[in-house]
Amino acid sequence: MSDLNQQMAERYKNNFLKEIEEQAEMGEWVKMCMQCGLCSGSCPTHFHSGWDHPPQEIFMLIRAGKREEVLNSNGMYMCTSCYNCYVRCPRKVPVTHVMHGIAEYAYKMGRAAKAQPTMHLSKVFWTNATKYGRVNEVQLTQSLYFKDGLAAGIKKGLEMKDVALGLVKAKRLNPLEALGIGHKCKDLDGIHRMLAKAYELEAQRKGRDTSKA
Amino acid sequence: MARKEYAFYPGCSSQMGASASNYLVSVESMCRHLDIKLTEIPDWNCCGASISYAESGELPRHVMNARNFALSETNLPGQDIVATCAACWLGARESKERLENSDRLMADTQTALKEAGLSIKAIPEIRHMAEVLIEDLGYAELQRHVKKPLEGMKFAGYVGCQTNRPFGIAGESFENPMYLDKLIETVGGEAVPYDQKVTCCGGALAFSEPEKSQAQIKDIIESAYDNGAEMIVTPCPLCQANVEVYQGQINKRYGTKFDIPVLYYSQLMTLAYGGTAKDAGLNGNVVRARKLEEFAAK
Repeated sequence: MSDLNQQMAERYKNNFLKEIEEQAEMGEWVKMCMQCGLCSGSCPTHFHSGWDHPPQEIFMLIRAGKREEVLNSNGMYMCTSCYNCYVRCPRKVPVTHVMHGIAEYAYKMGRAAKAQPTMHLSKVFWTNATKYGRVNEVQLTQSLYFKDGLAAGIKKGLEMKDVALGLVKAKRLNPLEALGIGHKCKDLDGIHRMLAKAYELEAQRKGRDTSKA
Repeated sequence: MARKEYAFYPGCSSQMGASASNYLVSVESMCRHLDIKLTEIPDWNCCGASISYAESGELPRHVMNARNFALSETNLPGQDIVATCAACWLGARESKERLENSDRLMADTQTALKEAGLSIKAIPEIRHMAEVLIEDLGYAELQRHVKKPLEGMKFAGYVGCQTNRPFGIAGESFENPMYLDKLIETVGGEAVPYDQKVTCCGGALAFSEPEKSQAQIKDIIESAYDNGAEMIVTPCPLCQANVEVYQGQINKRYGTKFDIPVLYYSQLMTLAYGGTAKDAGLNGNVVRARKLEEFAAK
């Protein structure tokens, strides 16, 4: 258990609902759920295998205080951000954003499975986008393919060869971006200072002492 | 002076050499025909898209969007921000709503912006290009510029998710929005009814969990074919790429024979307004739209 996770578990004791309400973005909406299941039934990925818990189950587990089960669930990372659940919820719960908020909290508590591919994508996407201020699509793809090591990366690259060649031919993929040559913001220093301040304020506001984590 | 002027937020995928560069080419051509002036927000940055939620947290994501608001307000005062990418539009508009409804979030955002020498006074309106066409110009005006109607061509209007939910185009339903079909008909094409108009393509999961995403894409393409469409049309750069570029892999996985071009509405409009194949960015389509190439050459 990470220090930060332990810190939070101790702070909130047996009140996991309160923990989610205060720590997860949009977490205050969880108590509005009336368990109708429209969110789960509207979810495009719910019909695939591999789900631990769809949204309505996550919400019930939170109210039942099942901290471990929720933070270890892969359910939040099945979200494609299609917003079906969000517009259909009869209680107007912004389900998509609540799921994103719980995902962020579980991830920051060090609980999400390291190999969860969509959580990994979230990490590399944000890191990539904030490095240059704009997304470098080639480096983004590389960091995805090589997440399981060199051999797996080369195999994945070969599988995707035809897709990549089609895009290069259509001038929609610039191989030079691999070298960091490509689109970036001019005021990168300003962006990085601004983000550093935002991380600091967010940690303060949520009472997450990251220095001990 | 142009009839309409906007602060333009093209987004990462629309840049030259990026995955939706032909979207930008066709939008620029379309806007020339309609006398719309787009001025790029100087030094704009990424919106964070939908997928960065786990790593970015709350404030840093809104701060990234706030930087664009501040740059737009300072450099292009009085102009609405127009995005062509569905995720840019959604991300920016969500941040605007959240900041305007939380004094604390706004105060923290201003503190962070100060580090980059910026501040916000009033956040501009955030519009999608489709809104500009429909609300600021209107279907009649869009039709007035048609020189070469796309007669006899059948399109499946694929609205997808993020230009439709959670905000959508005013007056349209989430379950069966009609604006894209109307745009297709405005330029003389036939919009075929089909049941996967607002089905999700998998979004970012096309990268992280391709088997799930490709199962969804297969349903969309199959339904378009079954209902007689020759081409698919979409307003979203990720929908476009996902539905177009994985057709080869889907064919391998499922034994299908998909080979259907996936266009942007702006490509159809450019061609109908008399633009060339190059103006419409047809050379940027991985699945070539041969029928449209021939049409453009006539």
